[in-house]
Amino acid sequence: MDWNLIFTRAIEAGIGTEAVIYALAAIGLNIHFGYTGLLNFGQAGFVAVGAYGLATMIATFGLPFWVGVLTGIAGAVVFALLLGIPTLRLRADYLAIVTIAAAEIVRLVVRSIALQGTFGGTDGLEAFSDGFYSMNPYGPGEYGIGPIGFDNRTMWVLTVGWVLVAVFCVLVYLAMNSPWGRVLKAIREDEDAVRSLGKNVFSYKMQALVFGGVVGAFAGFLFALSRAATQPDLFSTELTFYAYTVLILGGAARVLGPVIGAALFWLLLILVKTGMEEAVNHQVITFISVNQVGAINYMLVGLGLVLLLIFRPQGILGDKREIALDAR
Amino acid sequence: MHAETVSEKKAAALAAFATLETEPGVAKPDPILVVDKVVRRFGGLTAVNVDHMEVQRGSITALIGPNGAGKTTFFNQLTGFDTADEGDWTFNGRSLRGVPAHRVARHGMVRTFQLTKALSKLTVVENMRLGAQNQRGENFFRSLIPGFWRGQEDEITERAEELLERFKLDAKRDDFAGSLSGGQRKLLEMARALMVSPELVMLDEPMAGVNPALTQSLLGHVKALREEGMTVLFVEHDMDMVRDISDWVIVMAQGSVIAEGPPDTIMADHRVIDAYLGAHHDAPMSVEEAEEQLQEAEAEIEAEIEEKA
Repeated sequence: MDWNLIFTRAIEAGIGTEAVIYALAAIGLNIHFGYTGLLNFGQAGFVAVGAYGLATMIATFGLPFWVGVLTGIAGAVVFALLLGIPTLRLRADYLAIVTIAAAEIVRLVVRSIALQGTFGGTDGLEAFSDGFYSMNPYGPGEYGIGPIGFDNRTMWVLTVGWVLVAVFCVLVYLAMNSPWGRVLKAIREDEDAVRSLGKNVFSYKMQALVFGGVVGAFAGFLFALSRAATQPDLFSTELTFYAYTVLILGGAARVLGPVIGAALFWLLLILVKTGMEEAVNHQVITFISVNQVGAINYMLVGLGLVLLLIFRPQGILGDKREIALDAR
Repeated sequence: MHAETVSEKKAAALAAFATLETEPGVAKPDPILVVDKVVRRFGGLTAVNVDHMEVQRGSITALIGPNGAGKTTFFNQLTGFDTADEGDWTFNGRSLRGVPAHRVARHGMVRTFQLTKALSKLTVVENMRLGAQNQRGENFFRSLIPGFWRGQEDEITERAEELLERFKLDAKRDDFAGSLSGGQRKLLEMARALMVSPELVMLDEPMAGVNPALTQSLLGHVKALREEGMTVLFVEHDMDMVRDISDWVIVMAQGSVIAEGPPDTIMADHRVIDAYLGAHHDAPMSVEEAEEQLQEAEAEIEAEIEEKA
């Protein structure tokens, strides 16, 4: 077995594009679920709005790159308002139902045949990333330390991605350690108490939904740009559930929780997958075939999440006191 | 000196009530809250149907009544936590009908809850800070630049610490509110409500689940609110407490106000006794009735003996 290969791939995945994309998606989710207690099961919808906002403006309408970025951000804001206005006054579980449905609506709209001319149907869109890569300061070639390395395009995506992650972590830190964040954390616990103290709960929940949604849209930008293409079925509900896994693994309501969670999630996922593949290829494991490794890997993800929730619900960075004190 | 001012405020409140009728809906000399024809129905059930009610400024008014009288529902209507089907009510002359709960609080009418809502995963001092109004740092964009709100936050913290000291919670300042005892949570909730700087404090069963040792201190705090010029309206079951601290008592039963009066005489009012114990509970039994009951009982016993045989 080639242990070198296994660990190289795992570490590359832990700092690679997937980790960055999921870190951003989970940072947004952390604002919704971790700090405000909004059960948003439609984060994939925000990511899709970001990706398609960018791609459609450039590929379909031929507008500049920055117009695409602004459209993606504006799209996420509008999507948050549309979701929030009817549901944020209701109980939390309604929001969960509506958000999961709304994310699916976004996906089905962009893959519809009627709008194929605009969104490209099931094939999606491509040829919109030139503006992004033309800004790439890395010349052609491989960059890396030892066996771990990326090509120049991936390096550019990762550089922008990790800078964005850092920027949003700083913003979340500042916002959540302010009186604004205090209101959100109070809403997470008891809306009525917050209302009785003269705070407009609806408005704060809406602000949180917009903030987290915009961060999700940035995950969408990177998702689309890293592939130089976007297809509707990338934005199915499993994206949301992976983002939740990432968030819970790292620790909800912690600034760095989603970042640690994303890096560790992808590192472990690829470590186990490559490990199993190598083991099968070298006849260490004989009772499964290479084709079955993927499915077993996802079963292990599920098992891992269950064990995590049972034995460490606060995640890696979470505060045990906050969990133990739950009076309900 | 202090005792004198205490009696002054108490005397002023009592003087305002001295000449009033004890009829439901009686007009007060200087009402802070006036309620007119508030109705709340749940399907076929009319939970609240208050024709007229006034709360005197600067007094401690108790709202009592048997279980299911609609006291808490009425509280919810007034504070905007539930919408009334009909009626209007004014606070300081301003109509509050249809005004959402957070605006009611901003107008100066702040409530607490029967089931205490201490935010258990925030620290005690954070709970307190949350109560302060017009915080610059509660705007999202300003929150990102601490310079905008640090100064105000320090002022708020200072005020919070003064209140915590008064409520003897200063030792718990940095503990999670969830680690407090039930009574301490009640104290925290009351202190937090004061951070809003209210004119009218509405307490929903402030004594529920509080151990007797803390009761006295809570009573003292409620009285202190009046001394500071606030008005208190509270719902309570504990009659000792009602008698001890209230200046005026309003009695609700089956959704309506049935009687009002001073605390020492209200419990003797026949309407109140009827409401709590049912009408005619203490009318003497006539000889015929007694005879009838005796015969009924004998017949039952005989029937039982026959069954066994």
